[in-house]
Amino acid sequence: MLGAGIIKGMAETARNFLGSYVSAERLTTVQYPEERSPQIENARQFPFLVFDGDDPMKGLRCVACQICEKECPPKCIYIVKSKDKRVDYKGQAQFYPATFDIDLSVCMSCQICVEVCPFESIKMDTAYELSTADRFGGLLVNKHQLAKSNEHYRKFHPTDAAASDGALAVEVAKAQAKAKADVEAKAKAAADAKAKTAAAQSTPAPATA
Amino acid sequence: MPDLDQIFVNLKHWLLGQLEGILSASWLELVSILLSLVPILIVFPTLFAIMTIMERKGLGRIQNRYGPNRVGPFGFLQPAADGIKALIKEDLVPRAADKVVHLLAPVILVVTAFTVYAVLPIGRNMVVLDLDAGLLFFFAVGAASDLAVFMAGWAIRNKYALLGAMRAVAQMVSYEIPLILSSVAVVMITGTLSLPEIVMAQSTHFGFLPDWFVFTPWGFAGFLLFMIAANAEANRSPFDLPEGESEIIAGYFIEYSGFKFALFFLAEYLSLFAICGLGITLFLGGWNAPFAGLEFIPSWAWFFLKLITLMCLFIWTRGTLPRLRQDQLMNLAWKFMIPMVLINLVAAALWHFTGPGFMRWLTSGALLIVAHLFLGNPQFERKDIGKRTYRFAE
Repeated sequence: MLGAGIIKGMAETARNFLGSYVSAERLTTVQYPEERSPQIENARQFPFLVFDGDDPMKGLRCVACQICEKECPPKCIYIVKSKDKRVDYKGQAQFYPATFDIDLSVCMSCQICVEVCPFESIKMDTAYELSTADRFGGLLVNKHQLAKSNEHYRKFHPTDAAASDGALAVEVAKAQAKAKADVEAKAKAAADAKAKTAAAQSTPAPATA
Repeated sequence: MPDLDQIFVNLKHWLLGQLEGILSASWLELVSILLSLVPILIVFPTLFAIMTIMERKGLGRIQNRYGPNRVGPFGFLQPAADGIKALIKEDLVPRAADKVVHLLAPVILVVTAFTVYAVLPIGRNMVVLDLDAGLLFFFAVGAASDLAVFMAGWAIRNKYALLGAMRAVAQMVSYEIPLILSSVAVVMITGTLSLPEIVMAQSTHFGFLPDWFVFTPWGFAGFLLFMIAANAEANRSPFDLPEGESEIIAGYFIEYSGFKFALFFLAEYLSLFAICGLGITLFLGGWNAPFAGLEFIPSWAWFFLKLITLMCLFIWTRGTLPRLRQDQLMNLAWKFMIPMVLINLVAAALWHFTGPGFMRWLTSGALLIVAHLFLGNPQFERKDIGKRTYRFAE
């Protein structure tokens, strides 16, 4: 009969209406500023720069290679490379960012900067209450505000941080192995050269004889 | 103890009596007109404010959420916040828009929505204009809102607005017919177009039941058809295709902002109240109390009680039914509702000519039930057309 389905549907909505006053479990709303739902691990909002150690500016992993600046789709990253170099965690001399700004109002949280970074130095943060009263300066985040420790990263994204730490450990191990090999090669070359000179010194003797 | 039922009527006469010596007759008439109009201009927008918060909270509860609960106690001051927001927003007019028509459309819509209250009896002796052809006036003025809607959609020069306006006009023209024909049944029985006289015709009692037309077979069918058509006339869900958010964003008022946007909402609710008021007048006994023992409650209180009940029914259906598709909308109007209202006219005639007794219940009731089973049965649809297929929208 036409209309029977409508009556059935209206009974269902009436049940919802009355039930929401009786049982609180029906109401799925979280009353936001007072209560917050827990964040899921893969939440991402805005990038930050990872640093190791205690001093944020000395420990920045970023080497100012500017790949993220070029890859950023809305072009919200601005980097100025340093004039001098400093020693990074692997013991190599590297540039560092003299300026590293991200425009919060332009960033679209796509995470492409994180995907392209070869140095595990830019990651996504989960903080989401980023509004500010200053719409010009307040929305331009500089490197001092962006720098956050690796412990912070481990706390919010444990799985990703472990993978990142693993990748870095492999890099360090590789660098150490290479350094060791270099040292060995150098020692060997030195030894070879020594042997050669020694041989050179010893071989002419019969000729003169 | 003052006579609560006539308190507003007596108040007006007392005020006019005080002014009688001071003002000349023509000024007195102007004051009398203002004293009738100003309460309507205050009461119904206030009801609009109350109804918006009730609607938002009710819909929230239907969807298992709280609804607005921040402004004031339990969020009941939300309409004030909404009003202030609408007032202080920038009034944007698109560069390509026809500026005069763009401005006139919401004004005309609100003016027509207010004008229909002139003939609506909201209590005993409480009608601004007791026209002999009040019902005709109501529909004639109400039809002008179609014009305002099309003006809005046309003036903006936006494709979504034009689509929305086209949908709105198609829908309003289609549903005007069942709306008017379902009320013609009442005119046939009462023999008058005057709304206060239609209310008086329902003031008697039949046993313990009141003699409201909704308690007759033709009146019940007419009431349901009237309410469905009223829902479509007011562009409310499930007939809100003209402003379908998911496909044409806001339809004909897409480029309105600030207070003009608020005027559109005001007009939508005002016309809804007016058409609910007409439904009450025609079928639910107007301002009459349902039982003789309840007549100590004033007549205007009964009118507003019935109005709020009908509004709750509208909110309930809005929270329940999904939006119709354009072809479903037209099929419902032309294949089901118009044949039903025509049969309803026959049922009303049978009721009148069979004379009092059991037989008239049987004849007119049986006719309507058979018609409903036949017209509403999918088995009797035309099969040779085949199921409609959509090439791009599967």
